[in-house]
Amino acid sequence: MHAETIPIKKISAVQFKSQFENFLFIVPAVAIFSIFYIYPFFEIFNLSLHEWNGISLIREFVGLSNFQELMRDKVWWDSVGHAAYITLIALTFQNVLAFALALACDREIRAKKFYRVVFFIPPVLSEVVVGLIWQWILYSGMQGGQHIGLLNYFLNQIGLPNLVHNWLSDPKTALTCIAIVHSWKGFGWGFIMLLAGLQTIDRQLYEAARVDGAGTWQMFKNVTIPMMLPVIMVVIILTILGSMQVFVLILSMVGQGLVYHTEVPVTRILASMTGTNRFGYACAQGVIFGLILVGVSFSLKKLSNKMKQA
Amino acid sequence: MPNKYKTIRTVKTIFLHSFLIVVTLTCLFPLFWMVRSALMSNETIFIDKSLIPRELNFHNFYRAWTEGNFGMFFFNSVIYTASVVLGIILISSLAAYAFSRLQFPGQNFFFYMFVAAMMIPLPGSFVPLYVLMNKLGLVNTRIGYILCMINVGLSLSILLLKTFFDKMPPDLEDAARIDGCSKLGIWWHVALPLARPAIAVIVIFNSLNVWNEYILATLLLNDKSLMPLQRGLMVFQGVHSVDYPLLMAGLTIAAVPIILVYLLMQKHIIKGLSSGAIVG
Repeated sequence: MHAETIPIKKISAVQFKSQFENFLFIVPAVAIFSIFYIYPFFEIFNLSLHEWNGISLIREFVGLSNFQELMRDKVWWDSVGHAAYITLIALTFQNVLAFALALACDREIRAKKFYRVVFFIPPVLSEVVVGLIWQWILYSGMQGGQHIGLLNYFLNQIGLPNLVHNWLSDPKTALTCIAIVHSWKGFGWGFIMLLAGLQTIDRQLYEAARVDGAGTWQMFKNVTIPMMLPVIMVVIILTILGSMQVFVLILSMVGQGLVYHTEVPVTRILASMTGTNRFGYACAQGVIFGLILVGVSFSLKKLSNKMKQA
Repeated sequence: MPNKYKTIRTVKTIFLHSFLIVVTLTCLFPLFWMVRSALMSNETIFIDKSLIPRELNFHNFYRAWTEGNFGMFFFNSVIYTASVVLGIILISSLAAYAFSRLQFPGQNFFFYMFVAAMMIPLPGSFVPLYVLMNKLGLVNTRIGYILCMINVGLSLSILLLKTFFDKMPPDLEDAARIDGCSKLGIWWHVALPLARPAIAVIVIFNSLNVWNEYILATLLLNDKSLMPLQRGLMVFQGVHSVDYPLLMAGLTIAAVPIILVYLLMQKHIIKGLSSGAIVG
């Protein structure tokens, strides 16, 4: 008995050393991740319960009062509405365009690769670059009786001067312009994902449907859409998460002005932090907005699983 | 009958191509307009709206590079992008290799911790992150920004590489082990070189991400000498809001490298995204 246990113990000591060595492989990753992700993750909840200006040594514990204030903050809920509006345009305009282009490129047509390369150029550009280019095109100033911005100049030139507009300073059009530029930047990305999905569909399914006498529309409805549902759901969820959190594009197109009509949640968080120096309130906003996003994406995933079963 | 069928097909093709060409022009025109505006002078830019202006003023690029500090911003962006990508590859491949091939307690727990981080959106995490960086004295330092950006790319890279290692046949590693190679040696001499396709995808996506990053650069870097291009562009725009030719030259300097990298690497990018779509 005694003689048998000793070798086992020895092996386990060797094993322990080996496993410890193995563990060392993940130490750099875990260290960076703990410091820069996990700590801030918990600290955002902690800070949201405090009133703190970011500098002073004293953080006043205020319980849930930041959250209570946030519930009554009209500017905040308006900003959530603005983000929802941008998301709605991205979900409809951007994704329908992406799907239409993907369907067009799924056929045997010439220059397919060329289109695919070009459509993905806007997504690789930064939001700062895209925002500043479009700000210049939509510019509404005038000099010497002429419109400086290209769009207004063009509208005037083709005989539609009544359409000339202060695109980015008018509350009625600013948000729509931002949403359209956001869609311009983003459609290529949905296009690539949807095209990849379309190309995995077995061509024999279409053949079989055609033999059964199905028309183009019926094939689209009964073959393409059901086969594409998983990819479509992924694109929808990623579009929502991306569009709800858009803000650099807004900062570069209209800046962080004194008016609230282009505010979105992340610019509000930034304003609480760097504008009014209310770090606790900024964290409360972050927590609530994070919960909203988790809730939306979680329920969409559930919905998509249900659809898969059906 | 066959003739009529052919005509319908031709009409369809023409219709499809016109649609695709219109979208192509919409994609490319703003970029063309950016370059075109960068080639104008301050006197002509507000008046001349011709597509190709009569006088091309290449001097703006020189002015943007020197006076506009875009040379410095460019240099900073290169430093950040290179160090972050290098760091991500080393750190994530070490971890991914261990998750895939080695055994240690808590293996699954740590792996799912990284995966979970990708599933949970955390808007506003930059607030506590800034507070932490301030405490650590890492605000306004290159290393602080680099570490933060390594963290941003870590989870996805670990997941990608682990998936890749899982599919890789272990024969070569076994051979190296029999030859007396250490675990670290196998990682460096065998696993890393074999993982080249996955590393290519990681390099491209993280380079795009770091080159285009704005918010952490804004919060963490206040010294002009430390700013990367995106931050520099916004600062420049705030100060010289009417010098459009110079701003457009700066935008061109920021956009052209990323477009070139994309055009050179587009196969990898599209493959990476497509496989993501199908797995997802």
